Amino acid sequence: MCGIAGIAVRVGEAPPEEHAIRAMLPALGHRGPDGTGVYRDERVALGHTRLSIIDLTGGAQPLSNEDGSIWVSFNGEIFNYVELRRELESAGHRFRTQTDTEVIVHGYEQWGDDFVQRLNGQFAIALWDAPRRRLTLLRDRPGILPLFYTQVSDRLCFASEIKSLLAVLPEPPRLDPLGVDQVFTGWAPAAPRTTFESVSELPPGQRLLLDDHGIQVAPYWEWAYPEDGAYSPGSEADLAAELRALLADATRIRLRADVPVGAYLSGGLDSAALVALMRESSESELRTFSIGFESAEFDEGEHQRLLNEHLGVCHTRTQCDNADIGDALFDTVRHTEMPILRTAPVPMRLLSAEVRRQEYKVVLTGEGADEVLGGYDIFKEAKIRRFWSRQPASEWRPALLKRLYPWLQTGAASLPYLQSFYGVGLEDPEQPLFSHLPRFLSTSQCKQFFSAELQEQLTSRADEAFAALVPAAARTWHPFHRSQQLEARTLMSGYLLSAQGDRMLMANSVEGRFPFLDHRVMEFAAGLDPRLKMRVLNEKHLLKYAMRSDLPSSILERHKQPFRAPDSPSLFAGRELPWVDELLGETKLRDYGYFDPRRVALLVAKARNGRTTAFRDNMALIGILTTQLWHHHFVEGFSDWRPRH
Amino acid sequence: MGNYLFTTDDSELRDADSLMLRGVIDSTGALEMILFLEESYEITVAEEEMVLENLDSVDKIVAFVGRKRDGAT
Repeated sequence: MCGIAGIAVRVGEAPPEEHAIRAMLPALGHRGPDGTGVYRDERVALGHTRLSIIDLTGGAQPLSNEDGSIWVSFNGEIFNYVELRRELESAGHRFRTQTDTEVIVHGYEQWGDDFVQRLNGQFAIALWDAPRRRLTLLRDRPGILPLFYTQVSDRLCFASEIKSLLAVLPEPPRLDPLGVDQVFTGWAPAAPRTTFESVSELPPGQRLLLDDHGIQVAPYWEWAYPEDGAYSPGSEADLAAELRALLADATRIRLRADVPVGAYLSGGLDSAALVALMRESSESELRTFSIGFESAEFDEGEHQRLLNEHLGVCHTRTQCDNADIGDALFDTVRHTEMPILRTAPVPMRLLSAEVRRQEYKVVLTGEGADEVLGGYDIFKEAKIRRFWSRQPASEWRPALLKRLYPWLQTGAASLPYLQSFYGVGLEDPEQPLFSHLPRFLSTSQCKQFFSAELQEQLTSRADEAFAALVPAAARTWHPFHRSQQLEARTLMSGYLLSAQGDRMLMANSVEGRFPFLDHRVMEFAAGLDPRLKMRVLNEKHLLKYAMRSDLPSSILERHKQPFRAPDSPSLFAGRELPWVDELLGETKLRDYGYFDPRRVALLVAKARNGRTTAFRDNMALIGILTTQLWHHHFVEGFSDWRPRH
Repeated sequence: MGNYLFTTDDSELRDADSLMLRGVIDSTGALEMILFLEESYEITVAEEEMVLENLDSVDKIVAFVGRKRDGAT
């Protein structure tokens, strides 16, 4: 992977300066420690920081076609580059490097704007067509790699991370109130919105086109499901075989690299499936990595050990204790560039640090399987709530929630609680946000800590922003598919692949690759009858069936363990962290103005006494602290990001 | 439906065996089974129909689903 940045000026304006583009690159050094490059003409400047993975010596960027009329700066990998190159060479194109990058410029020459449909990969692309004066920015379909942009005095500036744009902003950024409201509702803002006012995120699967007429942003790909009932034909056995074959191929092409490739192996089904498939494609030693927690509640160690033996891997387990998490949270927000509600990204950064220490640059990892193949509890919860909605007055039906949450009390006395929380939206189970209403409701309770000042700036509702992400066609889909699409477009792309994914990998210059997010796997899975994905309440049924001969039954039968790291104990249990005290203290709270100091003081007192065991309290604490950190790093610390002349 | 139900003891489940007495199903398991029936056979089980007479053996379930799909209440 790499970092990209660029500047495009309007017709008649002065060309972008060398020092302006160069100033954007140091902030992307962690994404590209192996080299930098710049291309500049009268209209556009493209910058690149390189992490060398394919064609280590010949692959410098920005890179052009044969006659230097088309230029590209790209972050990512085009895994089917071997096949595309063959096709393009037969059509007469001449390649100068061994890179995957080069298929982009020749592909654009050959197929025009539609070239992106032929790419199987993960990417953020900046493509400049000099003769036609067209700049194209593209982001991959699921949102694996980031791309942000802003307009500064009529120039379009873009970059892989917002910190690079800070070098060109005329004044310190402001927290976008609607952005933070959306984080405190659904974990991430709804793209194109970010938590930085005036900075936009190019949404996944979309293209930004800048030419002499102006700027247009539109999708080239969307999550699409069939009309309910119109599912892929075939027996369960045939469809399982097809899924396995697609995953095997997705894994095989993701092993293409001139450096060794490892894998994250958590002890769960998804990473186990990937490693089993990697085993088939590769003779070389398989190195795997995982994180272990001090607190047994979160640890998956026993399952990891079982798998290591079964799969014959050379495994490294990194131990992470509460102190490590607390200490690392401070810097983590510099990477996430947004507030977070859980500490889970922190151990992911410690994990990628270990990968780097062992001199690995690439890991395969299982994110996306739950969204694409139906693994999450939220999907089960929505299914049970739909079952309940068939007879909303029933006292029996909500009791099925206990299957999912054994800690729930479900007698008659608890019915009012169940109704007010899980029963939300029951009167209309067809509404687009139905599956996510309990999560939005629960998370939104963190907003009680917002200051009056911040509340006043909330001119529209977060749930309306999320509803706008649901396509009109979704009303013809099965509700299970609606819940999958909503999860993919909100938590997966906005938080899981970014704050917990790309940012934590790139913080240590490690590239992640995601076979479950191969677009062929995504599209195949979308066409399946939902009952193959969730069979009654058994999640990822078809994946388990497809991998039944490859994995031990204990892994196939295990209930999904969501990846969670300890929260407030890492910050408060018997330790002193001066930066936490300061940022959560009255002075800084008043100074930054986002939160009500009195309410926060009560929450902090609770945490210090070890009484913040509730889910909600932890989310609020981490959310408030990381918002304060955001301000500290990007507003107070703005001058640190400015170029030094 | 046969492969959806399973027992922890090795003796085969016969179609007329009581699911509750054989320990195949507890009360939340019964709900899960109703979810399965509603999903698979496109019926809705009314509150008053969630009783042993309708659901406590494979034979009874088959008969119950048959009646629902034929339009009987």
